[in-house]
Amino acid sequence: MTTFLELTHVSKHFGGVRALRDVDLSLEAGEVHCLVGENGSGKSTLIKIIAGVQAPDPGGSIVLEGREHARLDPILSTKSGIQVIYQDLSLFPNMSVAENIAIGSHMGLPRLANWNRINDIAAKAMARINVNLDLETMVSDLSIANRQLVAICRAMAADAKLVIMDEPTASLTRHEVDSLLRVVNDLKNRDICTVFVSHRLDEVMEIAERVTVLRDGGKVGTFDASEITSRRLETLMTGHEFHYAPPRPGGEVAEVVLAVRNLSRPGHYEDISFDIRKGEIVGLTGLLGSGRTELALSIFGMNPPSRGTIEVSGKPLIASSNRVAIASGVAYVPEDRLMLGLALGQPISANILATVLDSLAGKFGLINPAKRVAAADDWIVRLNTKVSDLENPVGTLSGGNQQRVVLGKWMATKPRVLILDSPTVGVDIKAKDGIYEIVHRLAAEGVGVLLISDEAQEVFYHTHRVLVMRQGRLVSEVDPLSSTERNLQEEIYA
Amino acid sequence: MPKTIQRWTRSHEFWLLAVVIVLSMFLTAATDSFLTLQNLFDLLTSTSFAGILAAGLLVVLVFGGIDISFTAIASVAQYVALTIAKTYPIGWFGVFFVACCTGILCGLFNAVIIHKVRISSVIVTISTLNIFYGLLIYITRGDYITSLPSYFREGIWWFEFTDSNGFPYAINFQALLLVVAFFMTWVLLNKTNIGRQIYAMGGNEIAAERLGFHVFGLRCLVYGYMGFMAAIASISQAQLAQSVTPTTLIGKELEVLAAVVLGGASLAGGNGSVFGAVLGVMLIAILQNGLILLGVSSYWNQFFVGCVILLAVSATALSQRRRHAGLAS
Repeated sequence: MTTFLELTHVSKHFGGVRALRDVDLSLEAGEVHCLVGENGSGKSTLIKIIAGVQAPDPGGSIVLEGREHARLDPILSTKSGIQVIYQDLSLFPNMSVAENIAIGSHMGLPRLANWNRINDIAAKAMARINVNLDLETMVSDLSIANRQLVAICRAMAADAKLVIMDEPTASLTRHEVDSLLRVVNDLKNRDICTVFVSHRLDEVMEIAERVTVLRDGGKVGTFDASEITSRRLETLMTGHEFHYAPPRPGGEVAEVVLAVRNLSRPGHYEDISFDIRKGEIVGLTGLLGSGRTELALSIFGMNPPSRGTIEVSGKPLIASSNRVAIASGVAYVPEDRLMLGLALGQPISANILATVLDSLAGKFGLINPAKRVAAADDWIVRLNTKVSDLENPVGTLSGGNQQRVVLGKWMATKPRVLILDSPTVGVDIKAKDGIYEIVHRLAAEGVGVLLISDEAQEVFYHTHRVLVMRQGRLVSEVDPLSSTERNLQEEIYA
Repeated sequence: MPKTIQRWTRSHEFWLLAVVIVLSMFLTAATDSFLTLQNLFDLLTSTSFAGILAAGLLVVLVFGGIDISFTAIASVAQYVALTIAKTYPIGWFGVFFVACCTGILCGLFNAVIIHKVRISSVIVTISTLNIFYGLLIYITRGDYITSLPSYFREGIWWFEFTDSNGFPYAINFQALLLVVAFFMTWVLLNKTNIGRQIYAMGGNEIAAERLGFHVFGLRCLVYGYMGFMAAIASISQAQLAQSVTPTTLIGKELEVLAAVVLGGASLAGGNGSVFGAVLGVMLIAILQNGLILLGVSSYWNQFFVGCVILLAVSATALSQRRRHAGLAS
C-alpha cells in the first residue's frame, strides 16, 4: 500500500480554543478509514484542514503524495484528488443530475457552457461506480439516498483519490446504507481511499479497515477494525465506560396506564392492541413507514383512529385533539426536537413551562413570576441540565441539554404516559446516555414510557419489551432478557 | 422525448403561456383594436422599459439576491448621460457609454456593500434606492431636461413601412433594445458557464463557496449587470418620453419585480427563466392594455394586476406542493 496523505503534529487554535492538538493521521490508497469522535472532538476541523479550507497552526507537516506542504488550500486539495462530501451533500437542488456531477466544468474563466461534455462527464462518473440515474432529473426531485449517489459521482468526476464522507448514513434507511456500502467497496477496488466520519458505530465496524478515534481535539489512537468492538469504541470516544444492561423488569402487577385495543386507521395501521404498565418502558420499532409514528400520533390525539379504543389509567380517551390527550395524561416528544419541540429563540424557562402556563396563573389569570421561576428551577434540577441562566434562549444550549428541556416541558404536565419518538437522533453518545438515564428515572417515578426508535440497539438495551411493527401491523414482541439483538433485527427487516 | 414534453407541460412557463394565449384570444374577440399592428407595436414600445429591467432583475433573483434600487439607478444613469449629451457632442455611442458606466458603477456599489457588510440585499438596495435618488434630487433640484440633442430626439427606425391607412411603422429603438436585453440575458444564463454558476449560487450558496466559486466576482457581475440593464432601460425610456425627469421612474420597482416573479423566478434564488420573465412581462402588459381597450376605468388597473399575480403565484405554489406530496407517497 502507498500512503496518499500523511499528517504529523497537526494542531489548530481558534482564538484561545484548541480545536485540534498534535494529531497524526495517515491515509493509504484504497483503504476504508473511519474517523470517529463525539461532537466537538475535532473531526470537522481535521476534515477542513485536509480539504484546505482551514490552515493548521505552524509546526505540523502535511505530506500529500510524497510532497510536503505547510498547509493545503482548496484548489490544491481538489487538484490532488481530495473530495469532501459534507453531510448536507453540497448539491444544487435547482440543477440537473448531470450539471451537479459535472459542476467542475463550469468553473474558471467566462466561456460558453459545453453541454455535451457535461453529459459525457456525468455518464462516465456514474458508470465508474455502477450508478444509473436520469441525467436530466432535477436534484430536488431525488430521494436523499440518490442525492448522495450524485454527490459521490461528483467526487468521481473530479478524479477523487480520497473521498471523505461526513456522516453519510445519518438520514438513510438500512437498505440504502447497504447500497452505499457497496459503492464504497467499488471505490476501494479503484484504489480510492474513503474516510467515513460517523456516529453510528455498528456501521463503522462493518466497513472500516482502520479506525481513528479523536477526543477533545486530541488523537486517542488508530486501531485495526478487527481488534476493536463498538463497545470499546464508545469508551475510547468518551473516556467513560457505559453500562448497557436492560433495565430491571417492570412490575407485572402494576396498574395499566395505557391500554390500546384494536386500534385501526386504514392506510396507517391496522388492529393494534397493547398495554403499558406503570413504570414500564416499552419499545416500539419498525422501518420508516411501518406506521409507528402514525400510531403514536393517534394516541396523542393528532391522527384520529377510525376504529378501536384507547384507555389511560382505565378512563377512555377520545383522542380528538392533543389538548384532550395532554389533559388525560399523555405527553409526546416529537422526532425532530428542534423543529417541533422547542421555540429556539425563547428563554429556557418559557420553553419548559409552555405546557403548564395555566397552573402558574395568579390573580387575573396573569403569570405569577415567583411561581414561574420556582417551577422552572425545579425541572432544571430534576433533569440534571446544565444551564447558566434560565432566561437565555434555548438555542444557546447544547443538543443534549435542549433534549432535556423538551423532556422537562412534557414532564411538567405530570403525564402518566410519555411517548418519545426517536429521542436520540443526532445526539452524541454522552448525551444519549444522559437521555436514557432520564428515561429510566421517569419510569422509576411511575411514568409509562413508549420509546419509538429506528435503531434496534436502542430499544433492545433500554426497554423492558419491544413491540415490532411491519406494514401497519404489530408483528411481534421481543423480550430483551430472553432474546438477542440479532433476533430483533431479523424481526424488523423480515 | 415524451419525458421532455411531460417536463415542459408541467412547467410554470407552459401554464403562463396558455394564460397569455387565452387572454389574447379573449381580447381579440372582445375588442376591435387589440389585434392590430398599431396596438401591438405600441404595446411593445411601452413595455420596453419594464421589460429590460425585468431581464436584469431576473439575473439578480436567480443568483439569490434582490435589487430594489434599479429605478433610482436608471434615473441617475439617464440624467448623467443626457446632461453630458446636452453640452458635448458625444453621439449615440457616448450616451450609452456614459449611462452604462454610471449604471454599472451604482450596481457595483450595491454588490460591494452587500458583500462586505453581509446584510440582506433587500435592506441594502432599499437604502441605496434612497441614497441614489436623494442625491439625484438634491443635485438636480428636480429639474427636467427637455432640450435633448437632435439625434436623440429622432430615435432610430428600421424597416420603415406604411400600412393601408397611412400609419408609419418600424422596428423602433425601444423594441430593439428590449429584444437585445432578453437575448443577452438568455445567452448569459443558459449558454455560459458564468450563467450556470449564477444558478448554482442561487441554488446553494454554501456549496458554491465550498467548490471555490468566486462569490464576490459573481456578485459584482450580477449587480453590475442589473445596473447595466437599468441604464439601457433608462435610455429607452428617455427617448420615448423625449425628456428626462428625475422623479418619473421611481415607484416602478414593484411592478417589475411582480412581472419577474409572475414569470416563475423564485425570491429564494436558483429558479427562473428568461422565457418565463418574458411571459410575465407580456401578461402584465397585455392585461393593462386590455383593460384600457375594454374601457375599464384605469383606477381598476392595479387591482386586476394584483389579483393576477396573486392567482399565478398561488397556483404555482399549490401545484408544487401537490408534486412534492406525490413524490413522498
